[in-house]
Amino acid sequence: MKKILLIIQREYLTRVKKRSFIIMTILGPVLMAALMIVPIYIAQLSDSEKKVIEILDETGIFLNRFTNTDNISFRHIFTDLQTAKDNFAESGDYALLYIPKTQIALPTTAILYSDIQPNINVKSYIKRIMSKEIEEQKLIININKLNLDQKDREIAMDIPNSIKTSINLSTIKITEEGYEEKTFTEVSMVLGIFSGILIYFFIFLFGSQVMRGVIEEKTSRIVEVIISSVKPFQLMMGKIVGIALVGLTQILLWIVLTFAIVSIFQISFADKLPVKSTEILSTNNQLIPVEQLQTTNENTDEITRIFEAIYSINFGVMIFSFLFYFLFGYLLYAALFAAVGSAVDSEADTQQFMLPITIPLIFAIIMAQFIIQNPEGPVSFWLSIIPFTSPIIMMVRIPFGVSNVEVVLSMSLLVLGFLGTTWLAAKIYRTGILMYGKKVNYKELWKWMKY
Amino acid sequence: MDLFSAHNITKHFSNHTALNKVSISVPEQSIFGLLGPNGAGKTTFLRIINQITAPDEGDLFFSGKKLTPKHIEQIGYLPEERGLYKKMKVGEQALYLAQLKGIKKKAAIKKLKYWFEKFEILTWWNRKVEELSKGMQQKVQFIITILHEPKLLIFDEPFSGFDPINVNLIKDEILKLRDNGSTIIFSTHNMASVEELCDHIALIDNSIKILDGKVKDIKKEYKSNTYEVVYTDFIGNLNSILDNNFKLLEQNQEDDLYKAKIKLPDETRPNDLLQNLMPHLVINSFNEIIPTMNDIFIAKVKRNENTK
Repeated sequence: MKKILLIIQREYLTRVKKRSFIIMTILGPVLMAALMIVPIYIAQLSDSEKKVIEILDETGIFLNRFTNTDNISFRHIFTDLQTAKDNFAESGDYALLYIPKTQIALPTTAILYSDIQPNINVKSYIKRIMSKEIEEQKLIININKLNLDQKDREIAMDIPNSIKTSINLSTIKITEEGYEEKTFTEVSMVLGIFSGILIYFFIFLFGSQVMRGVIEEKTSRIVEVIISSVKPFQLMMGKIVGIALVGLTQILLWIVLTFAIVSIFQISFADKLPVKSTEILSTNNQLIPVEQLQTTNENTDEITRIFEAIYSINFGVMIFSFLFYFLFGYLLYAALFAAVGSAVDSEADTQQFMLPITIPLIFAIIMAQFIIQNPEGPVSFWLSIIPFTSPIIMMVRIPFGVSNVEVVLSMSLLVLGFLGTTWLAAKIYRTGILMYGKKVNYKELWKWMKY
Repeated sequence: MDLFSAHNITKHFSNHTALNKVSISVPEQSIFGLLGPNGAGKTTFLRIINQITAPDEGDLFFSGKKLTPKHIEQIGYLPEERGLYKKMKVGEQALYLAQLKGIKKKAAIKKLKYWFEKFEILTWWNRKVEELSKGMQQKVQFIITILHEPKLLIFDEPFSGFDPINVNLIKDEILKLRDNGSTIIFSTHNMASVEELCDHIALIDNSIKILDGKVKDIKKEYKSNTYEVVYTDFIGNLNSILDNNFKLLEQNQEDDLYKAKIKLPDETRPNDLLQNLMPHLVINSFNEIIPTMNDIFIAKVKRNENTK
């Protein structure tokens, strides 16, 4: 027992002290954090730019109707279109809104001149204000036709507003929930696929480290020196456990560092992040005036919703199951990787034996995209129970919520699977490590298992 | 008292038999040579002694008791296929391997420093193994093997990869180890070293032990009562002057010296030959031809092949 600890210690320390490990440990979280921060930052960046829009309103209806927002400000100009266009080119303003004069009816068209493709938010904001204004104008015209007295007129003017508000509120509630539901599914999908791919990646990364370690010991011929002091099984398990600890160290450092970087970023750039909108959403159950919701930037809204969904996921469960499935998924495959390493003389010869290891993993990754469509289906169930695919598939399913019975079943089968593959691999390993210069095939491996 | 003995060890691999009822006994504080052509089963036998592989049949005894894993700490093994972790530092690695043998860290460092100094390699302590030459690595491996002062030392081809100076260094160390109480089993192809070092040998060919015993006894047994005479002042065929019962095996001339190998019948003393020759020629030297281990090895293995 003391010897296996010595082996674990060596395997762990030699790897953790390597420069590549340190670089990966620092670079990983930086990349992860960048992946989380940069899109938000870019979205913020493009919106925080102050846009000035010139308005050439020939109808005169919209004078001072366009209220400035945080990033859009409006400026009325009073010239003809040609001069306005000429001046616009030099002004450096964002866009020029031209509302042509109409003879009889109210204006229903407008033209937005711009150097670049105008932002969708800007367009929808302009549309919204214009249609609101025109609706109001139409209403006034229609009420005027009714010849009402002052009191009735006021009531009539108020009718559409009250109706509209109530309709809008209910509509928004439905879409709001539906939208949130949808975002939640999307976030679960992304999270599931992401953790599935991470597990896949880590199994290969650390599994092949085991394999390379075994090949190194075999080709450097140190293996016989060591197994004259310890049992081959101790050497194999020492290596596997040592590298597992390296993996756990790396992952934990990644998680901690990523959270650290993201929270440092959040603190130092708090004013730029969509905190305000989050507040609005968090009071969502109360009635919120339509205008207020409408004026919040749609882009920011979406990000906020995603954040909402992310925050609603139980990260404790996610991290625990991720660590469990990583650890045992790795252990299950690591023994097989060790067996492959012991059977060959150089890394170039590993190809033929890698196939049975890679096939279930690749299959699981391919199936993952169907699993997220139907995380409760029978295929999903079976693949998350079978130990060879369960580390990936169960991780894909967990963000959607999986019943405890299934999780416990899957976990126990995975542990059993690990014991099984290790037992099998140890048999190949103890013969393989002392076998040099022999072309090994599957028939040969079968014989070794029976020794 | 035998420190180690093996009785009727048999080991089959899937398509051949590596060892067939091989028995040896190694007396305490002696050097035992395990000889045999390539593929005879020597390495398998040494691995069985080290409990790396288990025999199919047969028993192994260490100091009269059945060999068990707890004896590992009393055995030191230098395998033929030996190496070190290339990326690890020499001292660190030696310490690791010593600890695996069950030596406490502090004691291991102290002992390693002593041996590194003795072998003049202390300056390599912090060098990576890949920076060392093969011979240097062999020195490190030798130290690791003997560091825990095992009662039984097993060397598989200990001299391969060493230059003559280091071969002598290792030979001296092996002899010193024996004089200090260790028992040594080693396998080699180097017959000269067998004659210099070994007290006992066993010759394995094709999985079967075909010869064993004390080196002195074996040599005596394989003497054929043949003498070499170097002489001058006689030209012509020696047969013309030799008695009929003496058999001339070969005769040749080197510069102005003549050499002849003559076989005497059993029970005949060399004095009879000298008396026969002395009147006819001047004798410069007269030697009994003692078979070298090399000759015995070749003769035995060839005969074994012919009988098959």
